[in-house]
Amino acid sequence: MAPRKKPRKTPTKAQLDAKAEPQEHTFSVLVANEAGVLARVVGLFSGRGYNIDSLTVSEVDEEEHLSKITIVTTGTPMIIEQIRAQLERLVPVRRVADLTVEGPSVSRELALVKVKGRGEKRVESLRIADIFRAHVVDSTNNSFVFEIVGDTGKLDAFIELMQPLGLIDVSRTGVVAIARGAEEM
Amino acid sequence: MAKRRFIGGEIILKALADQDVDVVFGYPGGVTLPLYDKIGQQNRTKHILVAHEQGAVHAAEGYARSTGKPGVALATSGPGATNTVTGLVDALMDSIPVVCLTGQVVSTLIGNDAFQEADTTGITRPATKHNYLVKSTEDLARVIHEAFYVATHGRPGPVLVDIPKDVILGEGEYVGPEDVLPKSYAPQIKGEKASIEEAVELMASAKRPIIYAGGGVINSGPKASKLLTELVDMTGFPCTLTLMGLGAYPASRPQFLGMPGMHGTLEANMAMYQCDVMVNIGARFDDRVTGKTDAFSPRSKKIHVDIDPSSINKNIAVDVPIIGDCTSVLRDMLRIWKAKNLKTDKPALKKWWAQIGKWQAKDSLGFEQDDGPIKQQYALSRLRELTRGDDVYVTTDVGQHQMWAAQYLHFEEPNRWMTSGGLGTMGYGVPAAMGVQAGHPDSKVVCVTSEGSLLMNIQEMATIAKYGLPVKILNLNNNVLGMIRQWQELFHGNRESECDLSRGPDFLKLAEGFGFVPLSASDPAEVDDAINEMMRIDKPVFLNMAVSRDENVFPMIPAGAAHYDIVLGPNDQRAEVDDDDMMMA
Repeated sequence: MAPRKKPRKTPTKAQLDAKAEPQEHTFSVLVANEAGVLARVVGLFSGRGYNIDSLTVSEVDEEEHLSKITIVTTGTPMIIEQIRAQLERLVPVRRVADLTVEGPSVSRELALVKVKGRGEKRVESLRIADIFRAHVVDSTNNSFVFEIVGDTGKLDAFIELMQPLGLIDVSRTGVVAIARGAEEM
Repeated sequence: MAKRRFIGGEIILKALADQDVDVVFGYPGGVTLPLYDKIGQQNRTKHILVAHEQGAVHAAEGYARSTGKPGVALATSGPGATNTVTGLVDALMDSIPVVCLTGQVVSTLIGNDAFQEADTTGITRPATKHNYLVKSTEDLARVIHEAFYVATHGRPGPVLVDIPKDVILGEGEYVGPEDVLPKSYAPQIKGEKASIEEAVELMASAKRPIIYAGGGVINSGPKASKLLTELVDMTGFPCTLTLMGLGAYPASRPQFLGMPGMHGTLEANMAMYQCDVMVNIGARFDDRVTGKTDAFSPRSKKIHVDIDPSSINKNIAVDVPIIGDCTSVLRDMLRIWKAKNLKTDKPALKKWWAQIGKWQAKDSLGFEQDDGPIKQQYALSRLRELTRGDDVYVTTDVGQHQMWAAQYLHFEEPNRWMTSGGLGTMGYGVPAAMGVQAGHPDSKVVCVTSEGSLLMNIQEMATIAKYGLPVKILNLNNNVLGMIRQWQELFHGNRESECDLSRGPDFLKLAEGFGFVPLSASDPAEVDDAINEMMRIDKPVFLNMAVSRDENVFPMIPAGAAHYDIVLGPNDQRAEVDDDDMMMA
């Protein structure tokens, strides 16, 4: 099993801008996949009044029973630092990475978008889907389900364009993210 | 070599024995019957049968705080487990190592709303540092050892292990503590050298320093208190201790300024406000200490030593964060200070002490006992004087009497003072005293309480009497919820609402009924004799002392106010901090 990362340096007052506006951060949290671990993480956020903008979780290492949780949250630098320290002190949490500040990262989200319509609107939805490289994964003579992958902004844009064309349902996975480059987490 | 196999109940007892547990506070129930059957057939670990599971957890806390070893509580499923919740949160807030074992319904019935079923791990998840549901007897020994490890390492706290009945009855392998390696929990003990160097250099350059230490020093073990004392003495800096830290530095030393915060001394609060370097060792900038955070010590550079990274920059952002155990960091601070041959700024310190002397001269804890009713301050001052130098442990409940006890009883060493700080749990004092006495059978244990708190866990007086624990309960009986009355007087137009406790009961009869020796005092002239008698009797003693109903705790910084807004006495008597004081920077 990969050991815990070397303890990181706690920021000083000078590094925590007290007047800064809240900012969106994406955390990647590697946890032991044991009963209740998701409840611990989610309970930490609700119990301390932090926001969860997006949350995904899945096992990533079957042998070691490790899961990865990706959380998108918003807060001032002091709150973000608290969230990180609070996550790190949960016993089943192995590693926490703040992908927003620790170098470049990629993030992706998948959405399934259902559009109902006939005639020109139906054709237009297909044209836009093509531009966005969305795939049709289900089709009836008056509906499509599109599968689209991308960052959150791209999905938002696609869904907005589908709105006037007969959008009737959306399912989104939430964000998954990973650091760029050759290093392990 | 094949390991021997045991029944779950035996594994629990073996694990407790290997963890060097001498005493368990518990209450049996349906699902823990097979465990109690095994408890009854051994005498390695003493079981104290409490009267209520909340009492069991507070007793375990009292035991832990006074001995430095983890306390152990045992409860059954459902209501047994839910009754432990207040005790668990109390231990979580005050960082007390407690291991709580609870029974659970048979695994196959979990989730079926079975008789006496509760989602114990769900309910206690935010009430514990960590908790476990044991799924198989094969895991039982490992989980219990891991629970002790987590409870006692890093920032201590309560850990709960929920054990279904079939796991207690089943068979499994026993592994010892040495065979259990916690998978991921590895708190940082040693502080970073560069930060400690920066800290000591900042301390040496200070003109108006203060050392502000808390419960982390006590939790780190008696060695930390010795090192803190050495640091305070070596630097000549003033030292203030939080409610949780009392005893970490001897109260009788002239460099001790008393407690800071809402009911702290004028000198401690003004020194916190005016200092230019604040050295926080094992305290957590609690709101009862900081008051209004915007106005908290605005001109100081702050050093913060804490084993829990989440305590740092939580309420107050600091300039030099040091993550580590207090003993290790204090040792490094002293070593680096000496190696660098650092010197303090003596002339500046002299000026600083002169300023502190002016605040001390206002005698913010002064009071006068007239021939009216006994004042709580007087009763506790006499308790302090009449037991000076004795082997005494003190627990308190919560409210006015707790603040007066913190102000007027002085502690010369750590682990002598047990109080519910973070959670402020009324009902803590009596069971905690029981736990302290169980850990220190030959010492004197005094529970300072008042009738509101006392009634919240009074049932444990039956336990104390049954086991012949010579606990002394000092009931400062003012017939009112004093702190509620004080706030109603000061902040709610002097309108009393639902705080009167003149309803009784007759505490002397009650004490007698529980098997305590009842004593009483109601006149200031009787105080000394009553306290001496209480301390002399080697049995459970209950001293009901009729005290003033109208007394308020001063000094007082109203909630959310700044340190200079301190009120020293009745009629809004202010500290009259002059402009020169304020302009020192």
